[in-house]
Amino acid sequence: MTFVRTEMVAAQPAPRGERGIVQWLRKNLFATPVDSVLTVIGLLFVAYTVPPLLRWAFIDAQWTGTDRTFCSTVAQGGIHPDGWSGACWAFVSAKFQQFMYGRYTFTQRWRVDYTAIMFVLLLVPLLIPRAPYKMLNAFLFFIVFPIVAYFLLVGGYFGLTYVPTQLWGGLLVTMVLSFVGIAVSLPLGILLALGRRSSLPVVKMLCVTFIEIVRGVPLVTVLFMASVMLPLFLPTGMTFDRLLRALVGVAMFASAYMAEVIRGGLQAIPKGQYEGADSLGLSYWQKMILIVLPQALKLVIPGIVNTFIGLFKDTSLVYIIGMFDLLGIVRQNFSDAAWASPQTPMSGLLFAGFVFWIFCFGMSRYSIFMERRLDTSHR
Amino acid sequence: MASEDTAHGGAPARAAFLNDPKIRGLIYQVVVFAALVAVIYWIIGNTTENLRRSNISSGFAFLNARSGFDIAQTLIPYSSNSRYIDAFVVGLLNTLLVAVSGIVLASILGFIVGIGRLSRNWLIRKICTVYVEVFRNIPPLLVIFFWYFAVLQVLPPPRDSIELPFGSYLNARGFFLPRAIWGEGSWLILLGLVLGIAMSFLAARWARTRQAATGQQFPVALTSIGLIVGLPVLAYILGGFPVTLEFPQKSTFNLTGGWTIKPEFLSLFLALSFYTASFIAEIVRAGILGVSKGQTEASYAVGLRPGPTLRLVVIPQALRIIIPPLTSQYLNLTKNSSLAVAIGYPDLVAVGQTAMNQTGQAIEVVAIWMVIYLGLSLATSVFMNWFNARMALVER
Repeated sequence: MTFVRTEMVAAQPAPRGERGIVQWLRKNLFATPVDSVLTVIGLLFVAYTVPPLLRWAFIDAQWTGTDRTFCSTVAQGGIHPDGWSGACWAFVSAKFQQFMYGRYTFTQRWRVDYTAIMFVLLLVPLLIPRAPYKMLNAFLFFIVFPIVAYFLLVGGYFGLTYVPTQLWGGLLVTMVLSFVGIAVSLPLGILLALGRRSSLPVVKMLCVTFIEIVRGVPLVTVLFMASVMLPLFLPTGMTFDRLLRALVGVAMFASAYMAEVIRGGLQAIPKGQYEGADSLGLSYWQKMILIVLPQALKLVIPGIVNTFIGLFKDTSLVYIIGMFDLLGIVRQNFSDAAWASPQTPMSGLLFAGFVFWIFCFGMSRYSIFMERRLDTSHR
Repeated sequence: MASEDTAHGGAPARAAFLNDPKIRGLIYQVVVFAALVAVIYWIIGNTTENLRRSNISSGFAFLNARSGFDIAQTLIPYSSNSRYIDAFVVGLLNTLLVAVSGIVLASILGFIVGIGRLSRNWLIRKICTVYVEVFRNIPPLLVIFFWYFAVLQVLPPPRDSIELPFGSYLNARGFFLPRAIWGEGSWLILLGLVLGIAMSFLAARWARTRQAATGQQFPVALTSIGLIVGLPVLAYILGGFPVTLEFPQKSTFNLTGGWTIKPEFLSLFLALSFYTASFIAEIVRAGILGVSKGQTEASYAVGLRPGPTLRLVVIPQALRIIIPPLTSQYLNLTKNSSLAVAIGYPDLVAVGQTAMNQTGQAIEVVAIWMVIYLGLSLATSVFMNWFNARMALVER
């Protein structure tokens, strides 16, 4: 009479048109006539750009060689048949040392290597959330490491030969500028942001003026100011290292931007938090350090990292005031007569671009990771 | 507090003199102010001493002196006999030129890529993502160098110029286009254009009132295009074809005639637009994603098709989110145009640097830069704030 099923019916597979590769294609590439046209245009674009690029960068590329003849065609005085076009990686590998160290004294380059190893060894555990001894690690990274790195890179003490900063260049300068810029701009930016929200009119005016002026002008002018006007501002005879001047400019510029990012975080903290801290009897600095800043900084991590990325990219501007960071030294080598060929600029710039890209992309991915990790969903 | 006060007979409990927050604040401010004044006094003292030693007279008098250098691209008449102040004006105009044209191209590209990143089409989405991720993560100066050294400078010499449609040529010296020569009666075309724009405005207004009153729609977009294109063309024919084109002529060593876009301008313009477009794309994407899905669904529910939904419901709301960050990107582009100095495009900074090297008036030149860039920033933000206020949600 009655029938009760005891077992479930197995689900039927979706109709053939709704699964597999055909369905995916139909849904993602050919959903409407317009979509199909777009897909065809996109495919044509990819077919037109990607294979020639791959061919240029890998198949036709010149990987080894000692001078420009290896990277130019017969008509240009080289070894390749006319009409050849390929990347000149030989140029990059021949100049690799220069791109990394600049003109840093050749026999002393191990010092840069050691600094780099130290940097990585201290940075990696700091970035891994589960690694222990965070306080000690941060202390070593932000306080001990810069001091050691200074003596190691500059030298002149402990039997190390002195290497003037005029000889520095390449990725070394990029990293030094970015590290110092980041390490200075974060605390300075916090102070400026607090100052801008301060109830003391003089402090507030001072911070607002500084932030708005620096944010309103291009970094180039700030760098020019640091490189041309700083020497005028100081007593006669007091000289200032050129790298240091660039550092002052970059740090000033980054601090102003950082201050605005952090101000955004401070404004997002509900008033109750400030009042709660006040009612507990905390002093201004206790209130800020223990209650407000931890919450505010967490809110603006993406903004802070974006400022870091911007700063890292902006270090390339020191080329304009006559210093040779990674991009600057690549640019300088275009005019090297031994390597000048139509392929050299593109190859050198692609290499520099790749290095910059790795760093910036890495930072932005890490910030997304941290954002997810720190998200306590209290908002 | 209150009960304590009454117990003590009304007078509030006084803190110790130094613990009074007001007094403390005052002391801090006096200290900061004094330090500031001292630093400024010290700097001024040093500066005057340094300037005296290197025999530089301060002041802006040098602006009226003969500049003595040539500028490759000038929008107004200028020669090496002109004054420094003219050179600065030329530089400022060049900055504005590259900034405005860069902003236009960056906005167009940015909107296309930003919308492309939200496309249903997988391939388009991926292409746009790759574009954004590549350009956002490399320095703008590198993009400028890329266009200048790797693309435009390795183009063939004028002898082997690449021929493009409409009689234009591309070579290592720039982009050569035909130039329009406005003959007699050309004012008719301009008149036609102005009339076309004015009539389109009126038509749009009339159509809006009629739609509000009767609900009948009118093809405003088509009519406007017809008016704006049609009237000048009509005027062109009526005026007896007054405009002639001067085509660049190929000679042995160079191209003569026509209209030349210099490679410096071209690379700066392309680089700034491509770089900034990647940021604008992200802003546009965030703006569109910021409009809640319910809006789209509600609009479908009242019977709007996808096109009008995007145009009438989503974009107006997305613009509110987009405009503030877009403003700061426009400002960034303007400020990044100062990178021109690296490839020799004569913008404000490049001209100022030449003037600085010639006269040694570092402080004055930096001051001119700062005032002008601050002014530009201010003008842009005032305009964009006005635009933002127009677009803002009108609430109760």
